[in-house]
Amino acid sequence: MTSPTPTALPALDAAKLREDFPILHQQVNGHPLVYLDSGATSQRPLPVLDAERDFLEHANAAVHRGAHTLAAEATELFEDARATVAGFVGARPEQLVWTSGATMGLNLVAYSIGNASAGAGAPASAGLALRPGDEIVTTAIEHHANLLPWQELAARTGAVLRHIPAHDDGTLDMDAAADIIGERTRIVAFTHVSNVLGIVNPVADLVALAQRVGALTVMDACQSAPHLPLDLPALGVDLAVFSGHKMLGPYGVGGLYGRSDVLEAMPPFLTGGSMITTVTLERAEYLPPPQRFEAGTQPIGPAIGLAAAVRYLDAVGLDRIHAHEGMLAERMRAGLAEIPGVRLLGDAPGAERVGLWSFDVEGVHAHDAGQFLDARGIAVRVGHHCAAPLHARYGVTASVRASTALYNTLDDVDALLDAASGIRPYFGV
Amino acid sequence: MSDLDALYRELILDHSKHPQHFGLAEEQADSGHSGTSHQRNPVCGDEITLRAFVDGETVTDVQWEGRGCSISQASASMLSDLVAEEGLSRAETVTLIEGFREALRSRGQLELDEDVYGDAAALSGVSKFSARVKCAMLAWVALEDAIAKA
Repeated sequence: MTSPTPTALPALDAAKLREDFPILHQQVNGHPLVYLDSGATSQRPLPVLDAERDFLEHANAAVHRGAHTLAAEATELFEDARATVAGFVGARPEQLVWTSGATMGLNLVAYSIGNASAGAGAPASAGLALRPGDEIVTTAIEHHANLLPWQELAARTGAVLRHIPAHDDGTLDMDAAADIIGERTRIVAFTHVSNVLGIVNPVADLVALAQRVGALTVMDACQSAPHLPLDLPALGVDLAVFSGHKMLGPYGVGGLYGRSDVLEAMPPFLTGGSMITTVTLERAEYLPPPQRFEAGTQPIGPAIGLAAAVRYLDAVGLDRIHAHEGMLAERMRAGLAEIPGVRLLGDAPGAERVGLWSFDVEGVHAHDAGQFLDARGIAVRVGHHCAAPLHARYGVTASVRASTALYNTLDDVDALLDAASGIRPYFGV
Repeated sequence: MSDLDALYRELILDHSKHPQHFGLAEEQADSGHSGTSHQRNPVCGDEITLRAFVDGETVTDVQWEGRGCSISQASASMLSDLVAEEGLSRAETVTLIEGFREALRSRGQLELDEDVYGDAAALSGVSKFSARVKCAMLAWVALEDAIAKA
């Protein structure tokens, strides 16, 4: 999957890249901002801000309609953006559906399958239909966005929802997965990288288990897309989602990748303008993918911004970004592990990781710890990070998460470590 | 005093480490003399269960259990001290809660009067931290709900 970084590649110069991110150059509470919350949302470089503004200043028009020059230009830019973002994940343009983000992408898939289960799109969609007793398998470490749509789908169809458990060290229990994914399994939904644990999950093994029983695979790639080289067709997943704003792009845009035959079989979720071939007062025929899933006016400017974001990531190089963030994560792990009372979540030895760590500070609630760090200008996430069942699994209600991106430096990590060592003394524990 | 120190006054840390009126008497159905409320902060999973005891029109006592950050725990502790000591009427208690809410939402403009709010006046500093107002309000919302049920 991920090839090791060639040693010949020069290391990424994060200090230089920071010049492209205006927001990072500010003081917060009297300290230079240390932004370690990219897992929640990333910051945007100038080329992304410029691309969206340039589009709005020179070419803004509705796409796929209208005979005028701007409409044609906007349509070209929009479809070029699709090709660019599809290429970024190894896909062809027609395999990439624009969404408003990963949550929408996962709901689109779940509702489409729900519609197929109610008979929509037959006979092409009949193979996707769920019946009572069919099983949907997800994991114990999912973001709520990759859990709740399946809970709802199971409730609507009578399917049974099952979960692959996690080991204490944050890795998935693949022996249990082999037992759970069986003849009744129709869907296996899992995250590429947990937004809390940062561990890269064994996609090839999960796909193999699903393929053995003919189950559909759905992958959440939010926390991998901006951090490591991603080739979705090579990973073998049937469907995958990602969010623009977590990968240097704008809010309100994301992607759903689908294997062509899978997208072809899926009935629409949202219906309306721009996704039809013929409409009468009684019924409608729908366009092929990806337009079948793009009802209504699309986030055109944000899509063009997202294309600029993935060009930026590609220009830096995902191998170099992965190596850089891995180095930051290692320094963070080593430093945090030395602080008395700090417990790292998902500290599996030797696991492939992205650059994030979540931790519990014994005797200090995560909100209090985060408040203390904020007073030093350090932005981290506190709470359950939309993964409450995961936190319950590890015996806490909330944790502190420090997550990096390509613009973070060792100085950022050292500022976190220095401040984190002061948390328990400040609160007198 | 830094903003952080104004938020985490010694009194607040004391209450959070030694919460007053903590612990609910064994499971009992609410009769006409008590009301129970369970509140959650969905952002962080913090929660509180608070039971208010009412004698006629007078709120006589409060018991609570919960888990959460130092602000939410201290606030619950301070509130129960206040209610148990003052013997306020239902109407006075509602006014007290409304005043607290107004001060906490004032973004640092209003200070709580120590003569009225006792130790809870130390929570005035929370109003400068909009993300923490919910933490401080959790127990007070629970009391509002509990006496409405009692």
